[in-house]
Amino acid sequence: MSLTFIFFTVLAILAIASAIVTITARNPVISALSLVFHFFMLAGLYLTLNAQFIAAIQILVYAGAIMVLVIFVIMLLNLGDEEKLKEKFNLRKVIAVLLASVLIIQFFLIYLLTRSGKIEIAENTAKLSTVQSIGQVLFSEYLLPFEAIGLLLLAAIIGAIVLAKRKLT
Amino acid sequence: MEELGWILLEALIKALVIFTLILLAAATLVYIERKFSAFIQNRIGPNRAGPKGLLQPFADVLKLFMKEDIVPDAANKNLHRLAPIISLGVAIAVYAVIPLGSSFELAGRTIYMGVAPNVNIGILFILAMTSVGVYGITLAGWSSNNKYSLLGGLRSSAQMISYELSMGLAIMGVIMVSGSLNLNDIVIHQSGWKWNVLLQPLGFIIFLVSAFAETNRTPFDLPEAEPELVGGYNTEYTGMKFGMFFLAEYGNMATSSALIATLYLGGWQLPFNPEWVGLQEGSVWLALAQFASIVIKILLLSCFFIWVRWTVPRFRYDQLMNLGWRVLLPLALLNVIATGAVMFLI
Repeated sequence: MSLTFIFFTVLAILAIASAIVTITARNPVISALSLVFHFFMLAGLYLTLNAQFIAAIQILVYAGAIMVLVIFVIMLLNLGDEEKLKEKFNLRKVIAVLLASVLIIQFFLIYLLTRSGKIEIAENTAKLSTVQSIGQVLFSEYLLPFEAIGLLLLAAIIGAIVLAKRKLT
Repeated sequence: MEELGWILLEALIKALVIFTLILLAAATLVYIERKFSAFIQNRIGPNRAGPKGLLQPFADVLKLFMKEDIVPDAANKNLHRLAPIISLGVAIAVYAVIPLGSSFELAGRTIYMGVAPNVNIGILFILAMTSVGVYGITLAGWSSNNKYSLLGGLRSSAQMISYELSMGLAIMGVIMVSGSLNLNDIVIHQSGWKWNVLLQPLGFIIFLVSAFAETNRTPFDLPEAEPELVGGYNTEYTGMKFGMFFLAEYGNMATSSALIATLYLGGWQLPFNPEWVGLQEGSVWLALAQFASIVIKILLLSCFFIWVRWTVPRFRYDQLMNLGWRVLLPLALLNVIATGAVMFLI
C-alpha cells in the first residue's frame, strides 16, 4: 500500500459521500456546501495525479467563485427545506436511467481495458498538467480557440450587464 | 519508508511551529493595535494586566474562554459552529506556502523554512485559499438568522469577490516579472534590492488596497460597520467562537502582510549581502537572520494596517464598489499591459 493509494481511497470515499449528500440534502445551503467539499476532494484527487494546476483552478474557479455565487443566491432567496414531491413515472426518468447505465458501462469498459493492457495511459500525462506546459500549448497550438473563447466570454459578460441594467417597466 | 517518516515528521513540526507563531502574532497584533490606537487618540491604552499591559491579549483570550457560548435559537447550529473554523483555518492555511527563509542543512538534510515553500502552484494556492475565505463570513452571516448579520455577510462576499479580481491581476504583474508561480523563486528573483515594489509600483499599490479590502479592515470594514449593522456578521457570536473570528481577522492581517512582503518587498531577503557579516549560505544562522528579516517586514506592514485603520474613515458602499470595479480593475489591467509591453521591448 503506497501513500498515494491511501490518499486516493480516503479522498475518493469522501468525494462520493459528499456527492451523495449534495443530491439528498433537504437544505439547499447544506447541499451547496457539500458540493464545495466535493470540489476540494476532487482537487485532492487531481493532486494525486500530479495535476497541480487543475487542482488549484478547481478550487479557485468552482469552489471560490461559482459556488460562492450559488450560495449567495440561495441565501438571498431564503429557501427553507425542500419538500418531498411524489414524482410520477415519466420519460425524463427513463432517459436519466439510460444515460446513467451508459456511463457505468463505459466506466467498466475502460477499467477492464486498462487492466488487460489494451489501452495504455500516455506516458507524458504527468508533464501535461503543469502550469508551464498548459500555458505553452494554450498560447501556441490552441491560440485561436483560446482567443475565440475569450471573445465569447466577453460577449456573455456584456450581455449579462445589458440584461441587468434593463429597467423593469 | 523511513525517508517518508522523516518528511512527515518535518512537515508536522513545521506546521506546529507556524501555527504557534501565527497565534502569537495575532496576540501581539491585538496588543499593538490597542496601544497604537490609544496613541493616535491620545489615550493610554491597556496598562493593567502585566507590565505596560503586555499580558492584555492573554487576559482577553482567557476571558473569551470563560464566557458563556450563546447560539441563537433560530440559527442553523452546525453551520453556525462551522463558520469561524473556516475563517481561522483559511487564514492559517495560506502560511503553508509562504517561504520564511531560504534553506539550511541539518544532519545531512536540506530543510526549507516553511511547510511547502517550493510548491509550483504557490500563488494559485494562495488565491484559491483567499477565495474560499469568503465562506466563513458569508456562512456566519446567514446561519445566525439575523438580518444585520446576513447583510454583513452579503457585503463581505460581494466585496471580496470584487477585489479578488484586481488582486489577481496585480499578482499577474509579479508573475510576469519573475516568470514563476513558485513563491520561493519569486523571492530569490528579488535578491540584491531588485524588489518588485520598485519594478511594479502600480501593482504594489493595487495589491495593497485589495489586501485591505480582502481582510475587511478599515476603510473597507463594511461587513462589520457597527453604526449600521450592530456588529455585522459576528453579531450573534459569543465566547471563543467570537474569539476565533477575532483571531482570524488578525491572522488575515499577518497573512496579507506576509504576502505583500513576499511578493513585493523581497520576502526573506536581507537588505544587505549576508557575506558582509560572515553568514554563510546554507547555515542555520543565515536562515534565522532571513526569518527575522521577514518577521520584521510583516510586523511593520501590520503596523501600517493598524495606522490606516485609525486614521482613515470608512467608505460608503457605492464608493467601495466604484473603487473596486472602475478604478482598481482598469488600473490592474493597464499594469499587466504595461508590464508586458516593457518586457517585450527590453
